[in-house]
Amino acid sequence: MRQWDTRKRVRAERIAAGASFADGKLIDVDRLVDFFEAVLRPGDRVCLEGDNQKQADLLAGALADMDPTRIHDLHMVQSGVVLPEHLDLFDKGIAKRLDFSYSGPQSARIAQMLFGGKIELGAVHTYLELFARYFVDLTPQVALIAAVSADRHGNLYTGPNTEDTPTVVEATSFGSGLVVAQVGEIVDTLPRVDIPGDQIHFVVDAKKPFYVEPLFTRDPAAMTETQILTAMIAIKGLYAPYGVRRLNHGIGFNTAAIELLLPTYGEKLGLKGKICTHWALNPHPTLIPAIEAGWVEQIHCFGSEVGMEDYLAARSDIFFTGPDGSLRSNRAFSQTAGLYACDMFIGSTLQIDLSGHSSTVTADRVAGFGGAPNMGSDARGRRHPSAPWLQAGAEADPDAHAALRRGRKLVVQIGETFGEGNAPLFVEKLGALELAEKLNLPLAPIMVYADDTTHIVTEEGIANLLLCRDKNEREHAIRGIAGFTEVGRGRDKAMVERLRERKVIQRPEDLGIDPLDANRNILAARSIKDLMLASGGLYRPPNRFRNW
Amino acid sequence: MEKLSFDLAAPNAPTGTRPMALVGVVASGNLEILLERGGAPGRCTIEVNTAAHGFRPLWEAVTADFVARRAAGGLRIAINDGGARPDTVSLRLAQGVRSIEEPEA
Repeated sequence: MRQWDTRKRVRAERIAAGASFADGKLIDVDRLVDFFEAVLRPGDRVCLEGDNQKQADLLAGALADMDPTRIHDLHMVQSGVVLPEHLDLFDKGIAKRLDFSYSGPQSARIAQMLFGGKIELGAVHTYLELFARYFVDLTPQVALIAAVSADRHGNLYTGPNTEDTPTVVEATSFGSGLVVAQVGEIVDTLPRVDIPGDQIHFVVDAKKPFYVEPLFTRDPAAMTETQILTAMIAIKGLYAPYGVRRLNHGIGFNTAAIELLLPTYGEKLGLKGKICTHWALNPHPTLIPAIEAGWVEQIHCFGSEVGMEDYLAARSDIFFTGPDGSLRSNRAFSQTAGLYACDMFIGSTLQIDLSGHSSTVTADRVAGFGGAPNMGSDARGRRHPSAPWLQAGAEADPDAHAALRRGRKLVVQIGETFGEGNAPLFVEKLGALELAEKLNLPLAPIMVYADDTTHIVTEEGIANLLLCRDKNEREHAIRGIAGFTEVGRGRDKAMVERLRERKVIQRPEDLGIDPLDANRNILAARSIKDLMLASGGLYRPPNRFRNW
Repeated sequence: MEKLSFDLAAPNAPTGTRPMALVGVVASGNLEILLERGGAPGRCTIEVNTAAHGFRPLWEAVTADFVARRAAGGLRIAINDGGARPDTVSLRLAQGVRSIEEPEA
């Protein structure tokens, strides 16, 4: 007779083994490493919670302190490889295989370890894709998560930075795995219950909040005039003609500049209420002036942002908030919103090739993707119409029957032709392709595929790839906005001028943009302090951004 | 310092009557540009003083693009460059022409 409940039996064994290091559900923090060595088994599939923002930092530290002769060959399945401990696990031989999504601050070290064979790479995913696999073929046997507080029953309050937690717990707990939570404090009554206690098996009191990175804070003081010019081109040449109301912005300075131009330049163009009303977006501090000026109707958030908590609680008409008043974020739902309910994704990248593939992987850095490939892709399952979606679809395929023609999501890459360290944005061959060849990967880590990319915006202008009819036109649309990079200087000038006549390429002067307006005085806030003042003192910038 | 000079055909002249304009500042990654009228009609001369050596081909490309895109005929231009990126040079030159076209106060 086959046993049909082996997973639940194994979980019961893990709970029994862990119980000797705990009082009920509450683990003794001083015996956390012993606890892990008791409940884990070599080869376990483990989700250590961490993404581009929140981190289960206490649990990560204890996990990396385990004895590799006892616990080894773990398969880590996690959103973010962000803390040094995440990679120490592989250096020490505690973990062997990795499926992940994002690795921002560890991008250089992870590249070295991949080349050195220290990490057996499953795949680099987009967030929603990795979450999906938690429910199909990468269900964690153990999940280590982070919350703000817990009560004695293990009910959790995850607060504004709820992010990935409900998804990780759902897959693990209902998949008969073990869930361990670190919390900042144990309380009698929670402000609200984000995760029910019967899904949580153990809790450890870290006696301090989990770490959160203020990843989405961009200091307006660091914005350049080139970024301002590029933002003006995007607003006048893309947001206005398509009437983009539902959208997601990436993380960079270019999109932050767009946010700061809405109440000034956008107002001057008469675009209030016509663009940028509904968002899937983290609570960017640079959006405060536009919110305060009445531009924004609603925002759903992937996560929170350090210092924005009081502001979000005081703007519950705009943000999703709980009965306690604080923000409720949810990465899985917001990524779904970005995929299906937004008409535009606009973000930055490090490299774009001549066909329009883009990647943040360079020869010595593997930064991962985060959410960009998901939001920066056309949702083939989408069925509801909207004006921008239909217009983009018509531009791509003007001869098709209108009622049978798919719309297209606007997928826009924006950047300066020369990036950090004067590295050219446009390249003949992507670093991602070199990496794939070196590591013998079946797929190069492309962030946004060329066939999803509809527009590229630089300070030299906009390339509308929807209007390109063949490979050669596409290549020259890209060369024609690649500025003074090698790729840009390799253009056929006559061909670029022909593309310009057809508005495949539009220059700032074609759009009637006065270069004198590309000036810092046009920003609705010119410093972090301005953002704080615009919020009426509700936004409390982290110390590292307080320079006044 | 490296000194570069260019004498380029520039068919279109800027509007307005301001004799000169000054834009930008000399700082790392930035540049200062002085534009004066009174040069040969249909020509634009550009003198560059730059802290960054070995970028002549890039300056040739940036200045050629400038005279093709902007009304630079009859202008004498002097640039003090603090190692600005080409996109910054290009924007600053465009701002210079627009400044000399501004109505006099």
